[in-house]
Amino acid sequence: MTNPINEITEEAELLFLIGTNATEAHPVIGYKMRQAARRGAKMIVCDPRRIDLVDEADYWLQIKPGTDIPLLNGLMHIIIKEGLEDKEFIAERTENYEALKETVERYTPEYVSELTGVPVEDLYAVARLYATTDKAMIFYTLGITEHICGTRNVMSIANLAMLTGHLGRPGTGVCPMRGQNNVQGACDMGALPNVYPGYQAVTNDEIREKFEKAWGVSLSPKVGLKIPEMFDAAHEGKVKAMYILGENPVLTDPNANHVRAALEKLEFLVVQELFLTETAEYADVILPAASFAECDGTFTNTERRVQRVRKAIEPIPGQANWQTICQMATRVGFPMHYEHPSEIWDEMASLTPSMAGINYNRLEKGSLQWPCTTDDHPGTPYLHKGKFTRGLGLFQPADHVPPAEMPDREYPFLLSTGRILYHYNVTTPYSSGIAELWDKEMAEIHPEDAERLGLETGQQVKIVSRRGEVISAVKVTERVQPGMIWMSFHHSATPTNALTSDALDPTTGTGEYKVCAVRIEKLPEAANA
Amino acid sequence: MQRVKLTINGKEVEAPVGSTILEAAEMIGVDIPRLCYDPDLSPMGACRLCVVEVKGNRLLPAACVTPVTEGMVVETESPSVVEARKTILELLVANHPLDCMTCDKMGDCKLAEYCYRYNVKDSPFTGEKHHYAIDDSNPFIIRDLNKCILCGACVRACEEMTGQDNLSYLYRGFHRKATTAGDVPYIESDCVFCGQCVAVCPTGALTEKSMAGQARRWEMEKVRTTCPFCGTGCNFDLAVKDGRIIGVLSAEDAPVNGRMLCVKGRFAWDFIYNEKRLTTPLIKKDGQFVEAT
Repeated sequence: MTNPINEITEEAELLFLIGTNATEAHPVIGYKMRQAARRGAKMIVCDPRRIDLVDEADYWLQIKPGTDIPLLNGLMHIIIKEGLEDKEFIAERTENYEALKETVERYTPEYVSELTGVPVEDLYAVARLYATTDKAMIFYTLGITEHICGTRNVMSIANLAMLTGHLGRPGTGVCPMRGQNNVQGACDMGALPNVYPGYQAVTNDEIREKFEKAWGVSLSPKVGLKIPEMFDAAHEGKVKAMYILGENPVLTDPNANHVRAALEKLEFLVVQELFLTETAEYADVILPAASFAECDGTFTNTERRVQRVRKAIEPIPGQANWQTICQMATRVGFPMHYEHPSEIWDEMASLTPSMAGINYNRLEKGSLQWPCTTDDHPGTPYLHKGKFTRGLGLFQPADHVPPAEMPDREYPFLLSTGRILYHYNVTTPYSSGIAELWDKEMAEIHPEDAERLGLETGQQVKIVSRRGEVISAVKVTERVQPGMIWMSFHHSATPTNALTSDALDPTTGTGEYKVCAVRIEKLPEAANA
Repeated sequence: MQRVKLTINGKEVEAPVGSTILEAAEMIGVDIPRLCYDPDLSPMGACRLCVVEVKGNRLLPAACVTPVTEGMVVETESPSVVEARKTILELLVANHPLDCMTCDKMGDCKLAEYCYRYNVKDSPFTGEKHHYAIDDSNPFIIRDLNKCILCGACVRACEEMTGQDNLSYLYRGFHRKATTAGDVPYIESDCVFCGQCVAVCPTGALTEKSMAGQARRWEMEKVRTTCPFCGTGCNFDLAVKDGRIIGVLSAEDAPVNGRMLCVKGRFAWDFIYNEKRLTTPLIKKDGQFVEAT
């Protein structure tokens, strides 16, 4: 997030939510959004489903899945036509504006309305409202990124924010809400194929030499593989071994059967996990993991806030995860010894300018948001004040990219997936209270479709895609559009990702979890008895 | 900011215009008892426990809703104030179970704290008592409305923090209840089990099921940590007794979330103790996992 969470309630005059179901996926942020709307901030919700926050919204843009770019281009078209763009911001802080103007010129309100399903008058109203509100924040989550055009969706959001000067000030900004507790921290620490900690490129000789000197080893100048590429390479026999920590790709990655086949091909698989997951079943060696309550460390949240995690009880498997990793490293020939996670942090911070000012002593007194470059730097609540990281903000216009797989005669329903309030990925089913409340998948289906298929809430159906099939109960609800099925992916009895598409965003390797084509088969009465 | 000068218990204090007497008193370390007041919720002025004496005012105004004025002279523990507070507490206690020795809130109960402070052991008032059934129909929250003092903190938390609007007042007079629409158990209501109501409840009316009978409040070691579920970065305290986690408690100084949490952060931590946890390294031999030696 460019801007901090607390600006939702303290600064913002308008919240524009696109592809984010905050009250379920980020509940406390969702509660803050609701508070803001109720104290008078305007709210625009763009989502194919009638999510909870639609009840608080001034406008609900119920777009057809996969039409985010035309929608955003359409809003920019109107803003430019009506002269509502921030001319000063564009002139002083951006480049490539003419190219943007040329692209969005084609996205007339009528054309956009046809593509997205959003009425023309709502396009005008929302474009004017966003452009003319001084402090407007945009929020997005996986509804934007989990498309083959995810990167271009994000660029289009950035275009809209730059066009209207909604960046670099409190109460503005582009705010992706990161999924897992520490996905931001994992990326910040360099758990990516192309960077060291603090997003320092592995291809940069000077940076690589810095790390080689610090660690006393020679390092590869090549960019590594993204997760889907790793599974493809395993398929081809090019990747022979894997060490998977705290991740269950069989349940959470798209096209699960492809992942299963890849794991089977591996010569050696180590899985470090809390539970014997679907992925761990494929392991040659399983190392027991410690939970968050058993380890010292840090998590970095979606607004770049580094916060302490503290050991409350002794590790149930006998040691913390960092100790297991150190032993692994030592056994494979790189002796790794630390007394405490703070020493690991200090080593990382000494090599990472954007984190150099953060240490455990400071974190005892309170959290810090990076960039935090020196011991007396207060941290950075919001980014891009006065200047972008690259200097000028680059407009990167994008054209409509339809989803890779759309419904057809054989697979007539559009399946979209996401998270529900009661679960978070794959740990929560192991909570007894949560399991008591919500223990199975409930695929959402519109009443019109349910009536046509003769389905009622609670009935079991078989859902089939070109890649796999699952059995699930259905929930008949107007939350979804006709022709659409919506499912979560938390339950091993209904592994939704057996269905999802393995079409990827070419830049990030992110799967198109939000759109694929399925058909629904009613099960014989006996199955529902 | 414009400020006004007033005197509280003989001490001069300067407070911003618009502050309440209660807030001004806090500035100089004077603790005025309060049950319905909560700094995170809108003021209500219902419990009257925070009444104070203001020179020239023949009534005892509630400090939590009375703004300060220039030259105001306030006494927070004068004989008439203490008498009023004792009477209020005696009225509350008259219809409140005095099973404090086994109450899970003991040690963190505002009602007990103030009864101790004003030496209220029992009530001279006798009358009808509530005999509500305890609602433990859900996995997370025990709701004992016999212990409810109608401070409305749960109602306000549900509306103002979470925005779920699942709680409100129902019925009149003696039968008045802070409850769900239709007075149904939590599990049958629109509750999302964020537990904000539990976090703000000043008595044992709303408590965490996981902690029932597990520890007295003062025995709990609190370990501040960050939630392991989504990327919001909520902080809370893990409540630990004898090396075992028994629950999650809100931490009011949490930078992102304050006392707000969701169902997962507050209640899903028990996956830690699931019997299916892996505890020892395993090696696959002939298609079967065996313990590593």
